[in-house]
Amino acid sequence: MCLAIPAKVINIVEHSAEVDLMGNSRQVNIDLVADILKPGDYVLVHAGFALERLDESTAQETLALLEEVAAKGEY
Amino acid sequence: MSIKGKAEELLAGIRQLSGEPFKIMEVCGSHTVAIAKSGIRELLPESVQLVSGPGCPVCVTDNSDIDRFLSLAQTPGVIVATFGDMLRVPGSKTSLQAVRAEGADVRVVYSTLDALEISRQNPDKEVVFLGVGFETTIPTVAVSVEIAEREHLSNYSILSMHKLVPPVLELLVTDPEVGLDGFINPGHVCSVLGTAPFEFIAGKYQKPSVVAGFEALDILEAIWMLLRQRQEKRAAVEIQYSRVVKPEGSPKAAEYISRYFEPVDAVWRGIGRVPQSGLRLKAQYRLFDAEMKFDLPKPKSVNTPGCLCGEILKGRRHPFNCRLFGKACTPLQPVGPCMVSSEGSCAAYYRYSQRRGMSAV
Repeated sequence: MCLAIPAKVINIVEHSAEVDLMGNSRQVNIDLVADILKPGDYVLVHAGFALERLDESTAQETLALLEEVAAKGEY
Repeated sequence: MSIKGKAEELLAGIRQLSGEPFKIMEVCGSHTVAIAKSGIRELLPESVQLVSGPGCPVCVTDNSDIDRFLSLAQTPGVIVATFGDMLRVPGSKTSLQAVRAEGADVRVVYSTLDALEISRQNPDKEVVFLGVGFETTIPTVAVSVEIAEREHLSNYSILSMHKLVPPVLELLVTDPEVGLDGFINPGHVCSVLGTAPFEFIAGKYQKPSVVAGFEALDILEAIWMLLRQRQEKRAAVEIQYSRVVKPEGSPKAAEYISRYFEPVDAVWRGIGRVPQSGLRLKAQYRLFDAEMKFDLPKPKSVNTPGCLCGEILKGRRHPFNCRLFGKACTPLQPVGPCMVSSEGSCAAYYRYSQRRGMSAV
């Protein structure tokens, strides 16, 4: 139940952000994030909420790993 | 390096450090799924043992709590909003799915934001969100109360059955029957809390623990890091999942928990009462507290004969030790909660041992 995945911020309007979540567009609430977010930032998403801002390099590392796992079916 | 190459390198490192028996608990249900799915347990040297912990929020919800929300779902004018995992969990007599078939209004939601939307669209009904989850999910429930307050959504409330991970770990670390040597700490709970609430494992009990990610390689690396701590005769909380978890966690999310909730004793299914391991809404938010709004019954905990869920949640027994596993108890006809949630130990072992053609029972 505690799973969370990185997503890229596309747009921000007040309390929510449109994010790219593994290729899908979703609206997530951003009230739990202390940093001021801007388009292009990466966030960790759980149950419709951004939990924290991630460094771009670490987010890319996670996404690359997820994609490699998905592509090779090695798991 | 490929995933396979890296895995082989980590396994070689683990074999090199294995030696004397070493028993590790993976606390989180998502780790249990990753371990069952990848077959890590079968790849480890015999002396390194992995046991599953109580980290599936659905599984540890006591059937007395389930009976309470079932009675809520059967109350006229009430819409119950819940994460899908709760639907088939058996209480002492029935389940949400069964009462829904009989006409109760039960809606599956992905987020508390969806539950708020149901409240906005049904002003003549009471909407209750079933608050089940650990520190990763709790801040999202706290924000929903903040939004309900801001928008004066007086028909929205939550039933808080939330649980806290550190207090139950303290119980398990001292359980002589389990005899744990190290812990794989829950990655996303730590992304909120940081590592400070887990320091006691090393500081008070001198046992190593590692915060791990959820891919097979993350778990192998965490096991290797735990064995390395033993080799170097030290105990600390280390972070393997540094691409997501910061030592300080996410202070704003953690602050939301303490702003809206206060700790209370809570009953964990199969484990019993654990001091200060649950949460209730603070008194100033009682308008959004289903406990205050509704006259809920106080049913007693009932044990299901033959079901080993409680022992499995404490790491004392393995799903394959249960006589009901795969026979009377399957994901389609679950007897205990560990078989219901996809993150339950029994469900994970049922699904992946079948797929690999292993003899599950």
